[in-house]
Amino acid sequence: MNTWTDIFILVLVLADFRLLATSRLAAVIQTTVLQAVCLSAFMLTMADRPWPLLLISLALVTLTIKGVVLPWLLGRAMREAGVQREIEPMVGYSSSVLIGMALLGLSFLIFVPLKASISIQSTFLLPGALFTALTGLLMIVSRKNALTQVAGYLVMENGVYAFGAALAVEEPLLVEMGVLLDVFVAVFVMGITVYQISREFDHIDTDRLSELKD
Amino acid sequence: MLFSTVLIPLILGLGVLGIPWKGVRRGILIAGGGCHALVVAALAFTKNGFPVTGTWIGLDSTGLLFLSITSVLFLSVAIYTAGYLGRDSERRVRDSVEGFLFSNEPEAIFIGCLLLFLASMSLVCISRDMGLLWVAIEATTLVSAPLISFHRHHRSLEATWKYLLICSVGIAIALLGNYFLAFAGHGKVHLNLDNLIAEAATLDQRWLKAAFLMLLVGYGTKMGMVPMHTWLPDAHSESPSMVSALLSGALLNCAFLGILRSHFILTAAGLVLFSGELLVFFGMLSMAVAAAFMIRQNDYKRMLAYSSIEHMGILALGVGLGGLAGTGAMLHAVNHSLTKGLLFLVSGHILFTYGTKKSSDVKHIIKTAPLTGCLWLAGFLAITGAPPFGPFLSELTILKGILDAGRWGVAAGYVLVLAVIFIAMARVVIPMAFGLPEQQKSIESIHVNHREPAWFAWPVMGMAMVILVLGLYIPGPVWSFLGKAAAMAGGF
Repeated sequence: MNTWTDIFILVLVLADFRLLATSRLAAVIQTTVLQAVCLSAFMLTMADRPWPLLLISLALVTLTIKGVVLPWLLGRAMREAGVQREIEPMVGYSSSVLIGMALLGLSFLIFVPLKASISIQSTFLLPGALFTALTGLLMIVSRKNALTQVAGYLVMENGVYAFGAALAVEEPLLVEMGVLLDVFVAVFVMGITVYQISREFDHIDTDRLSELKD
Repeated sequence: MLFSTVLIPLILGLGVLGIPWKGVRRGILIAGGGCHALVVAALAFTKNGFPVTGTWIGLDSTGLLFLSITSVLFLSVAIYTAGYLGRDSERRVRDSVEGFLFSNEPEAIFIGCLLLFLASMSLVCISRDMGLLWVAIEATTLVSAPLISFHRHHRSLEATWKYLLICSVGIAIALLGNYFLAFAGHGKVHLNLDNLIAEAATLDQRWLKAAFLMLLVGYGTKMGMVPMHTWLPDAHSESPSMVSALLSGALLNCAFLGILRSHFILTAAGLVLFSGELLVFFGMLSMAVAAAFMIRQNDYKRMLAYSSIEHMGILALGVGLGGLAGTGAMLHAVNHSLTKGLLFLVSGHILFTYGTKKSSDVKHIIKTAPLTGCLWLAGFLAITGAPPFGPFLSELTILKGILDAGRWGVAAGYVLVLAVIFIAMARVVIPMAFGLPEQQKSIESIHVNHREPAWFAWPVMGMAMVILVLGLYIPGPVWSFLGKAAAMAGGF
């Protein structure tokens, strides 16, 4: 099962690169679905079989919220705002991928001194999770479209959640459920705000929201 | 009993969404604030020694202190809001700055979110588990976003968007910090505060340091620490004044509580120098940067927002040093919340009277609206730490704490920044209060209403009285309570 964990993390990391390389919003949303599948699947591979019932239900809830509900919300917001793709990102797509590679290397480096102190089965898990979180952050700062930024937040949250998934067996599930609920509401509220912005401004380019400053 | 501080506003907040009558909704808002205050008072007086109940929630001294601040401030704001909504109830409202028409958010949603905001902040104060604390703090962000965009126009939407995105990202980083904490316990220690403290010696120090950094950045974003503060002036200046008062007086404290808890854990693990020095550094940085932006600030609501950043810096500084400075910081949290609540409510009335946020266009308040003018001046004196108000005493206590710790450089910087801020704020506030209006500008454009409405006057005067009393006399039991609160927050 160690192999399975590694495979799912590998898919998670590859999905990050697809997120960085694409300009189409629909593709971004599809990729977050793929990430949700990976997350809930490798949560299961971390535990020994037979899987505890609570863990199975947590994986199912994760899959439902991150893989079905949130992508649906994003897709609906995309149709309402009438935006198909990111027009002019701050950082181009090929540069984004190059930065992504550097971040991946950095993620591995960071965990060299910290690795020894814990017992996680897979050596890829922590760097992969951190890289996913950094990818989300990169999407938020380098893209202008508000919806891509919301998707970036979701990806970042996926990365952080992957850290938690490594602990899902030991940590109280109530907290994980609370985290999921918050992320759900966050994307929901952001979706509403994007809708209001698109109605008020006729665009959702966040770099043109620059009236308030000193 | 304890959980009812969350449950009462939660149920009322959800219930209010379905009530079609305006008067009933506003009544419920005040009733919710009143009930909450009563429960908190009962908790404060019945529980001697504050036993911790259960592993998830419990009330310790620090939690009780912040819960009381939140409750008192919310009650004042609730009374103010009921009156404010009565005045602002037309379907289309004229923007007071640019003059275009816009419609407000539905009032039911606004009141509902206010009550839910109270519920989530109460949960922050009573949670004894780092995971639950995180869930609660993120919840405060989400329910307060609709409050900021109550006036639905382009500026408030921009502010809401920045607030939502920046704070959510920050809070996600804090979640990473929580997981690092779990890694520090080798995945075996639960994130319950008592567990963490009991097992502090066995925690892995490298992970613990990494966890604190993440928690500091994460909750620091929400608290408005420089350099993660960029959302704060926008959100505070664009939201309605009572929301600014709550954001500044209660929400920033809640985020600060998250940092306090983390600091407490590191203190128990023997890393107090690491976390304490970080807090001192970021505290000084926040104060200095806030002072720089307050010089020549022409928007008085933004000036108040930067002042909040400054005071959060003072709190971080005091707690980072611990000892007497820590106790002073706890007292300062009370003083700052009440004073800033007062100032924001008064600024709301100035905005309504003059229809501008530019301080250079506001002249002679002391004549136009005498009570508002006096309160504005009193608030200014209090917030800059002039006697005889409460903040003077707490800032002096912190200064004494700094000197006791032998940190002469910090003391010099602290006094210098406070002096700069006093001058910067005086240059804005004094002309607003006493400056004579220019001849060209006719006074007819100003809503001249010499009598302030009761819903404005009473809550604000109440707050002014409390900070005045706190500056003149603090009873012994209150001091020892503040000392205990500081000790729970990692003072040593």
